[in-house]
Amino acid sequence: MSEGTLYDKVWERHKVTELPNGQDQLFVGLHLVHEVTSPQAFGMLRERDLDVAYPERTFATTDHIAPTEADKRERPLADDQAEEMLSALERNTSESGITFFGFDSGKQGITHVVAPELGLSQPGMTVACGDSHTATHGAFGSIGVGIGTSQIRDVLATGCIAADKQKVRRIEVEGELGEGVYAKDVIMKVIKDLGVDGGVGHVYEYGGPAIEALDMEGRLAVCNMSIEGGARAGYINPDETTYEYLRGREYVPEGEAFEERKRYWESIASDDDAEYDDVVTVDADGLDPLVTWGINPGQVVGIDEAVPHPDDVEERTDREAAEKAIDHMEVEPGQSMLGYDVDVAFLGTCTNGRLSDFKEAARILEDHSVDEDVRALAVPGSETVRAQCEERGIDQTFIEAGFQWRRAGCSMCLAMNDDQLGAGEVCASSSNRNFVGRQGSKEGRTVLMSPAMVAAAAVEGEVVDARDYLDDGPTGGAGGVEEVAD
Amino acid sequence: MAPDANAGDDQHITEVSGTGVPIPGDDVDTDQILPAQFMKEVTFDNMADYLFYDARRDEDGEFNDHPLNRFEGASIAVVNSNFGCGSSREHAPQAMMRWGVDGVVGESYAEIFRDNCKSLGIPAVTADHETVVELQEWIEANPDGDIEVDVEGETVTYGDTVIDVEVDDAMREALVEGIWDTTALMYSNRSKVDETVADLPYVEGDD
Repeated sequence: MSEGTLYDKVWERHKVTELPNGQDQLFVGLHLVHEVTSPQAFGMLRERDLDVAYPERTFATTDHIAPTEADKRERPLADDQAEEMLSALERNTSESGITFFGFDSGKQGITHVVAPELGLSQPGMTVACGDSHTATHGAFGSIGVGIGTSQIRDVLATGCIAADKQKVRRIEVEGELGEGVYAKDVIMKVIKDLGVDGGVGHVYEYGGPAIEALDMEGRLAVCNMSIEGGARAGYINPDETTYEYLRGREYVPEGEAFEERKRYWESIASDDDAEYDDVVTVDADGLDPLVTWGINPGQVVGIDEAVPHPDDVEERTDREAAEKAIDHMEVEPGQSMLGYDVDVAFLGTCTNGRLSDFKEAARILEDHSVDEDVRALAVPGSETVRAQCEERGIDQTFIEAGFQWRRAGCSMCLAMNDDQLGAGEVCASSSNRNFVGRQGSKEGRTVLMSPAMVAAAAVEGEVVDARDYLDDGPTGGAGGVEEVAD
Repeated sequence: MAPDANAGDDQHITEVSGTGVPIPGDDVDTDQILPAQFMKEVTFDNMADYLFYDARRDEDGEFNDHPLNRFEGASIAVVNSNFGCGSSREHAPQAMMRWGVDGVVGESYAEIFRDNCKSLGIPAVTADHETVVELQEWIEANPDGDIEVDVEGETVTYGDTVIDVEVDDAMREALVEGIWDTTALMYSNRSKVDETVADLPYVEGDD
């Protein structure tokens, strides 16, 4: 049993009571709502004639179905079903007194991008949303959990969820990330090492020098993919990086109120002598950029590393998964992913749709153009991110390199709008899931990677090592630099 | 009309039974169970039509030999490890329930999926790999055979075989006692919630 961890402290602060079924009733400090998983919950509320209990703790935006082409955001939306979902959200939020960040607000975007950048997500909170990537908010030292629609009804009606306390696994990331290696690579390494179900029954506390060195956007990317490792929540203890990020944001108090709030934030960090259920160490020194080769986010190799042969995979379940993956992806065991043909490059999502992600990709695109056979989409995670990029001229770098520069939304991460893979297309993607059919085609294939790697793949039309395209990256090695000089 | 937090009218679910359908494979994610393109509806009413939509169809869009096409009318789904991983969409168990699934036997489940099953009153019980595979093979050989999942006694009975299974404590308690509608449970604690909220520094600061 863990003791003295952030998780223990935040849990205790939010625990209302123990329920007769043995679960704890936890107050939800921040409830985020989007158009896809909420309309049924509002419907259930109406059936019972219940009101939203804490509308002031609830914030909504539209992301999953949001068209990302500017002219397709005119209302009514061309897609009748999307229009119905969006209209329902507008009606539900306005009737309940819930703040809604719509297209015209300038703040619309993916919930897990919007709430952090507005300062809604803060340390020591419980955060719930009908979306499995709610773990993202753990980057601030909060407990973020994804919930189903019946649980959304719970939160709307009572401000609470019924939850089982989990074990706490400390993931100590030692060492230092090299040039061209990012937070995305760290979390892909964690999932590779611990497996896609390794975190079931656990929350992950990420720490150690490589985590502490990350800025908030990197920390958000790490926590975001906790669920891909089976952990419903993942968090990082708040520190000066966290507090400085929050200072001055719209929903963060100022002056003495900020200092007071900060004292609470500091108080909920894990104690130095906190006890964990277990501790796992990951070494970031010498970590290469990682890519997925299969159809789950744990099927990961280093950029120079060979795709495993199923016969060499010890665990039965992993071996069977490898066989299926090799069949779907048409990859060669024993060979690396270098040179794997790419048709589509997709940059964005709640994992990697923030300013720093576009900045890193732009470093490569400043000197290179997108391969003429590649369809390349840049989709800012929020309209705020879009504005930040446009103020800096980053949008022009993308457009001049041959990317389509879009409006904010989930887009091709799960293909609920028009942004979809065609049959058999391969996508180099900065998203979080490479499941079969995830990007809109059951024959489609997804290779997950960092934003810089997506940009480099867009340039070459195949999977490459982005470090060969970054100005001050390593110049030794396999001749990639000479090959691409133009 | 007065607010009725208890409109769920929970039943005591001590056992579920019926014929089975094996859905083999580890790490079956909710994108496979219910592809995202079919979530663009504001109710769950039609979800059964979209259950395993891609996996059940061949290239021409015709039904293939997927188990769901071969075991029509089944009530007990038998699955392998980490079933329901990925997206939190309740659409996945909603689709299974509306297709006819009353209970699930499997090696393990993703947590959100299991929570969603509990919310819907669907027992999701576990057994080890060999036991589950034997049951899946038995269903293939006995498509009309009855399977009984005893939630309270934590057993599954099929043919002449009785196997021990595990049911998560909170799920068993909730289903057996008929208290799986957590909205109703928690709604009655409103004054306690107010006390908890009053002690949270960040809530006060916003007012």
